[in-house]
Amino acid sequence: MAEYKWPDADKRTHIGKRISRIDGPQKVSGRAKYSFDMNRPGMLFGKIVRSPYAHATVKKIDTSAAEAMPGVKAIHIMAEPGTPTAEVKWAGASILALAAVDEPTAEDAARAIKVEYEVMPHLVVDNDTKAGDQWTRVANENKQGDPDKGFSEAEVTVEGTYGVSIITHCCLEPHGSVMEWEDDKNVLAHLSTQAVSGSAAQIARPLEIAATNVRVKQDHIGGGFGSKFGPDEWDITAARLSKKAGGKPVKMFNERDAELMVAGARPSVYAKIKVGVKKDGTLTAWESQSWGSGGVGGGGAPPVPYIFAIPNQRKQHTNIINNIGSQRAWRAPNHPQACALTMPALEDAAAAIGMDPYDFFLKNIELAGQRAPIYTDELKIAADLIGWKNNWHPRGADKTAGPVKRGLGLSIHTWGGLGHPSDCDLTIQPDGSVELKMGTQDLGTGTRTALNIIVADTLGLPLNAVKITIGDSRYPASGGSGGSTTIGGISSSSRRAALDALDQVIAKAAPALDAKPEDLEAVGGSIRVKANPSKSLTWAQACSKLGATPLTVRGKNPGPGKLMDQGVGGAQMADVSVDIETGIVRINKIVAVQDCGLIIDLKTAESQVYGALIMGVCYALYEEKIMDPKTGRMLNPNMEFYKLAGIGDIGELVVHMMTGKGYDERGVIGLGEPPVVSPGAVISNAVANAIGVRVPTLPLTPDRVLAALEQKGGK
Amino acid sequence: MQDDDEVKSKGSGLSRRTFLKASGISLSVPLVMGYRVIKVSGAEVKVYGPGKVPLSLAINGKSYKAEVEPRVTLLEALRNELDITGAKRVCDRATCGACTMIVDGKPVYSCSVLAIDAQGKSITTVEGLMQGETLHPVQQAFIDNDAQQCGFCTPGFVVASKAFLDKNPNPTAEQIQKGLGGNLCRCGTYMGVRAAVAQAAQKGGRRNG
Repeated sequence: MAEYKWPDADKRTHIGKRISRIDGPQKVSGRAKYSFDMNRPGMLFGKIVRSPYAHATVKKIDTSAAEAMPGVKAIHIMAEPGTPTAEVKWAGASILALAAVDEPTAEDAARAIKVEYEVMPHLVVDNDTKAGDQWTRVANENKQGDPDKGFSEAEVTVEGTYGVSIITHCCLEPHGSVMEWEDDKNVLAHLSTQAVSGSAAQIARPLEIAATNVRVKQDHIGGGFGSKFGPDEWDITAARLSKKAGGKPVKMFNERDAELMVAGARPSVYAKIKVGVKKDGTLTAWESQSWGSGGVGGGGAPPVPYIFAIPNQRKQHTNIINNIGSQRAWRAPNHPQACALTMPALEDAAAAIGMDPYDFFLKNIELAGQRAPIYTDELKIAADLIGWKNNWHPRGADKTAGPVKRGLGLSIHTWGGLGHPSDCDLTIQPDGSVELKMGTQDLGTGTRTALNIIVADTLGLPLNAVKITIGDSRYPASGGSGGSTTIGGISSSSRRAALDALDQVIAKAAPALDAKPEDLEAVGGSIRVKANPSKSLTWAQACSKLGATPLTVRGKNPGPGKLMDQGVGGAQMADVSVDIETGIVRINKIVAVQDCGLIIDLKTAESQVYGALIMGVCYALYEEKIMDPKTGRMLNPNMEFYKLAGIGDIGELVVHMMTGKGYDERGVIGLGEPPVVSPGAVISNAVANAIGVRVPTLPLTPDRVLAALEQKGGK
Repeated sequence: MQDDDEVKSKGSGLSRRTFLKASGISLSVPLVMGYRVIKVSGAEVKVYGPGKVPLSLAINGKSYKAEVEPRVTLLEALRNELDITGAKRVCDRATCGACTMIVDGKPVYSCSVLAIDAQGKSITTVEGLMQGETLHPVQQAFIDNDAQQCGFCTPGFVVASKAFLDKNPNPTAEQIQKGLGGNLCRCGTYMGVRAAVAQAAQKGGRRNG
């Protein structure tokens, strides 16, 4: 019986090393096929007619002109007049879908559809708490300790307003699928999804077929970030169109404008915050009134104050219900918002008492609970890497001549982890070849590569001796990739499978080596006697003892042994320059110090952190879903005006992973979410430090920077 | 850019449409060419469509034929008609670079080039950079430096990097950041891309044509 644990550091051959992703050659050569790249025989092109109004009822749809077009093969009404589906609640909502022989024909046909609407009142702004009962809901009110007493104990009370605008996921591969009926009972779905295994049942249900009759395939996904957990209504509609067209495959992917309008919003949050503090830096009280929106379902509920459990708190949060494409999970749901409210408020408190925020954070670090010692270590490392002691100056005290002012900011963050349920089948053939099959997906985090590393390391094989096959709902089910739970789940199940399989290979090989199974080990492509390594079989020789039939072992998570953990921390610091004449913020440097337990692949782990920092620069400085209050439409549903950072906008990024003793023993912990939490807060704090005034709301666009400076000047 | 034809036909007091009607027929050539030639104020102008026209493209050293409407972009023709799907359609408005191809030696956003306009030109896509099973140094550098996550922007970045290095064989860090500013990534792989381009420059990113 195997002992289910990770190998000791000196026994690891691949785990924890810097290994290039195994699907890299496919991706750099254009051979990697995404769902969006599927060209199926006889494929039709789907197109959706969308509502131009933010809130309306569809009264009448005239499809006759489109129906008369010879290239149009199927039409399906999604907002049926006279039914509850006729009410559309955001601009871009689906009215009707059609499938045609090619894209130009589909576009012409969509233009030929006539829709009559009764326009209804809408709200698209996300910060109007006075909009009325129809639009606002007090989500929660909460009191901890004695806030009145806490504020009376405070020597200084600092008040401020903070906020984070709505952003969208802007996946480069839009949401969508190629759907086809293989016969009158079976559907093949090439879906762009973060949940291959879980999507089959979600496709089957509305189509009223058995989930076993739906096969979901996806080799690669072009971004998800939390917005692609299941099939969307347009995917189901594509399957309906396919059925109407005799089973022909229908390709249905959002155009870029639709992708930005309807396929995911990260809720906004704004808050008035009051912090009570003593002159020695002791935090005594917190009060916040917050509000925000993420569409018709309201917004999120950011956990404030973030990390620092200030003893006395009074909090109220209001959800605003508005007519924009609904919110979807976005990398570390609620955390970036909570962080971008809390850390700036605390940094303002430090500035108000004239304390270095680095000292202020350390002074209060016990409020972070059991992970306080790790935050302390991480803050110290980050401070060294950015030169905090030499480069920090009191708020607004950059004496450099000229309009460009420089500043430093800091923040800390946390996330959970653990691992989702995960099954896999590991097959070892009598010729020694090895294949792992799992119904998981690789979001670009390196899931394939991690599986390869774990199986090869466990079996004592080189990486290229193991085949990893994922992305098919017919393989053993594995959870959706969200909440940084994938690496915990898939590493645990694959490690268990490989350990069990190795046990069986060793048991078969032992007689040939005249040894007991417990005296054997798998090292360097051989099965050998631990005490006498020269006594060995090659891996292939050992596997030949399996006989004629391959060995298949099911690995599971959860399962025996502690292979994963939860709860990580990270500290980040930013160095920015702000031109006080133009309001333009430039990143000089961001430092990220992050722990995540045992690292499987250091190279792709670091890439996760670099990527998170860059995504953070995007939402800190550039990204914003801008809605027009009058027309109810998104004003920037394109990539020219919905701005992302480019390669020259990110400054110098430094990533330091906490590894080794104290971290490795914890087991594997996910890394996708945590490092994306702090960048908004660190950049906001660095800007405040540079220019001497808080710019309240992210993104810190030039207009907002100049407005904050103007207000400061007017005081 | 002003349309010369438009200006002159306006100047003549005729609308563009009536002008074309009046003068468009005499010089028509057979459909094999895919267009008609009309005389506009003394100049010969090609007129395609409005229906499907034959298309002939030279891609990665091979000749391809298809029939597309004149409004179809180079990107769509390759992806939808020829199953050459390495270049991606993302912004569809010449902003993000995911569709970058090299046409007659220059990087272009293929989402904003009409397929019919790319005829007679030499087109290189990401699929054309490998020699047999050997990766181009730029491709190898992207792997070595993990300049990719989801990989959807990667083909555009690889092609843009190749074109950039062809023109700037020994770039500074600043030149790399400026030269590749026309491509966007959502996962955040820019640190890897910077390192990859620098590595490919040192190893001779210009090799393999």
